Amino acid sequence: MHVVTFTRSTPDTAARVEVGANGAVTWGDAATVVNPWDEYALEEAILQAEKGGGNSTVIAIGPEMHNDALKHSLAMGIKEAVRIWDAALENSDSLAYATAAAAAVKKLGDVDLVIFGKESVDVGTDQHNYQTARKLGWPMLSYVSRIIEVDYAAKTIKVERLLEQGKQIVTSKLPAVISVMKDINEPRYPSFIGIRKASKAQIPEWSLNDLGVTLPATQTRVSAFGNPPVREVQVEMITGTPQEQAAKLVDRLLEEKVL
Amino acid sequence: MSAVYVWIETFKGQAIPAAWEALGAGRTLADGLGVPLTALVFGENANAVAQEAGKYGANAAIVCDDATLNGFRLEPYAALLSKLVQDNAPKVVLAVGTSRARELLAASAADTDSGLLTEVLEFSLQRDGAVQVTRPVYAGKIISQAVGTAGKTQFLALRGRAFKPNAINESAQVAITTVAPVLSEDQIVTKIESFEEETGTVSLTDAAIIVSGGRGMANNPKEAPAGVTDAAVWKAQDGFENTLKPLATVLGAAVGASRAAVDAGYIPYAHQVGQTGKVVSPDLYIACGISGAIQHQAGMRTSKVIVAINKDADAPIFKLARYGLVGDLYQIIPALTAELKQRLGK
Repeated sequence: MHVVTFTRSTPDTAARVEVGANGAVTWGDAATVVNPWDEYALEEAILQAEKGGGNSTVIAIGPEMHNDALKHSLAMGIKEAVRIWDAALENSDSLAYATAAAAAVKKLGDVDLVIFGKESVDVGTDQHNYQTARKLGWPMLSYVSRIIEVDYAAKTIKVERLLEQGKQIVTSKLPAVISVMKDINEPRYPSFIGIRKASKAQIPEWSLNDLGVTLPATQTRVSAFGNPPVREVQVEMITGTPQEQAAKLVDRLLEEKVL
Repeated sequence: MSAVYVWIETFKGQAIPAAWEALGAGRTLADGLGVPLTALVFGENANAVAQEAGKYGANAAIVCDDATLNGFRLEPYAALLSKLVQDNAPKVVLAVGTSRARELLAASAADTDSGLLTEVLEFSLQRDGAVQVTRPVYAGKIISQAVGTAGKTQFLALRGRAFKPNAINESAQVAITTVAPVLSEDQIVTKIESFEEETGTVSLTDAAIIVSGGRGMANNPKEAPAGVTDAAVWKAQDGFENTLKPLATVLGAAVGASRAAVDAGYIPYAHQVGQTGKVVSPDLYIACGISGAIQHQAGMRTSKVIVAINKDADAPIFKLARYGLVGDLYQIIPALTAELKQRLGK
C-alpha cells in the first residue's frame, strides 16, 4: 500500500511578491514555504500511510528550490521524496505537469491513493490535480473535506466533498486521486528530530528519461507578469454615534448604488 | 462546424446564475471568431435549460438528458465533453470556474491535450484567433498575461462575476441537437450516496454583497451561559448568528469570515474568505472586526466597495476600504441593520 502526494515551494504567504524591473516575479529575500494548501495533503498522506500500514512518497516537479518543500514534507513524516526536473519542463503548462506526475506515480507502482492540496498559490490554479487523474485514468474526488471510510484491502473509499451548494457523500474504487480542503485535518509541525533527519536527506532527481515519457506540446504560454492595478481608494472615515455612523454609511452606499 | 462552446452548469435541473455570465463572455468570443455560440447542457431538464440558454444568447445547444448525468460527476461529464471536443473541434470551450467547471474543463483539456487557462479576469482575441487572458497568480499579488494556441481548442475557466450576462431576448430561438452519453452507469466508478444541501444561505462566490466577521466577533458584550467551556468562542458564534446574520439577511448578503475566525472555531470553514479560503469580488464587502492581513486581502481586494468596521483605527483593512467606521461593531452593526430595514423598506 502506497500513498503519493505532491508539493512545491511557494513564497511565504505574508511575503510581498512583485514584478521586478526585469519583468520576473520576485519576493526579495523572503523565505519559501510549502504551498499552504499542501500542508493538509501532506498530513493526510502521513495519516493514510499509517492507517494502511504502507509507504508514503512526496513528489515535487520543478527546479532545486522545491527541495525545501520536500525536506519540510520529510520532516513532517513523509517517508520518501523525489524531485522531477528536466529542461523540457521549463515554461511548460499543466498538461506537461500532469503527464510527468502520472508517469512518476506509475513508476512508483502499487500506489493506491494520490493526494493533492486544493490548489497551488503560485500558479493560481488547481487544473494539474484533475489532469493528473485523467492522465492516470483514475477517478478524481476533489474538494474532499473528510475521508469517511477507506479500505485498502477491498480498494474502496468513501468521502465527503464540499461543493458550492452543500456537502456530497461519494464512493469510489481505488486507486484514485483526491484533492483535500483545509477542513480535513490539523497539519502537524515537523519535529526537531524530523527536521534534523530531513536536512541530511539526499533527494533523488528524476528526468523525463527516467520516467520514460514524452510531453504533449505546450498549449498555453505566459507572455508577461504585472503588478495588479493599485487600488485608488481614499478612505472616508465616518464618525459620530453608532446611529449617526449607520445613517451616513447608508447614504454613501445608496449613492454608490451598491445596495 | 466550429463554434464557441459554453458549458451551462446546472444544479437539480436548473442553470446556475453564473452560467449566463459565461454565455455573455462567449458571445464576445463567438462574434470575434465569426462562429456560432453553442450551449452544452447535460442532465435532467436539459431541453428546458437549453431553451433558456437561447434567451441568454446561445445560437445552438447540444443536450444530453440521461440518468447517468443527473447530479454532476466528473467521469460521465468529462467523457461526453471530450468526445464533443474530439468530434467537433470547437474553437473555445468556456464556463465560469465553479468547483465543478474547473474540474470538468481541466479533465477534458487533459483528455484532448488542449490548453486551459483558469481564473480569467479579462480576455482579448489575437489576429490568428489565439485567446490572450489576464489572470491572477500568487494569490492575486501578481497579474499574469497568458495566451492559448490558435488552431487548437482553447479551454477557458472564467472568474465568477468578472463578465456580464447578455440581455435576455424572450423571442430568441435555439437549434437543439440531442446526443447520447458516452459512459453507461456500469462504466462509472464514482457513486453519489447523498447530498446535504445548505439551504437559505447565499453562496459567497455568487454574492453581490458579503458581510464578513473576524477575530473582533469575540468582543460580544453578551454573557456566555454558565457551563460553556470557551466563552470567547460562544460569544463570537452568537455574534455571527444574532448580530452579523441579521445584517446579511436585510442586505440579501452572504456571510464571510477571516481565517482567524475560522481557525478559532467561530464559524465553519465554508465561510472563509482569503488565500486559503474563497476568492470573492462582490459589489459591496463589509468587513467587521477584521484587521485585514495580507492573506485576507488576497481573497477580497477586488471587491468594488469595501466598508471596514473596526475598533482599531490603525488596522490595515482601512488602507483598502472606501468607508471606514471606527467603533464597537456590536453597536454599529445593529444600528446599521435597523437603518437599512427602515431605508430599504424591509
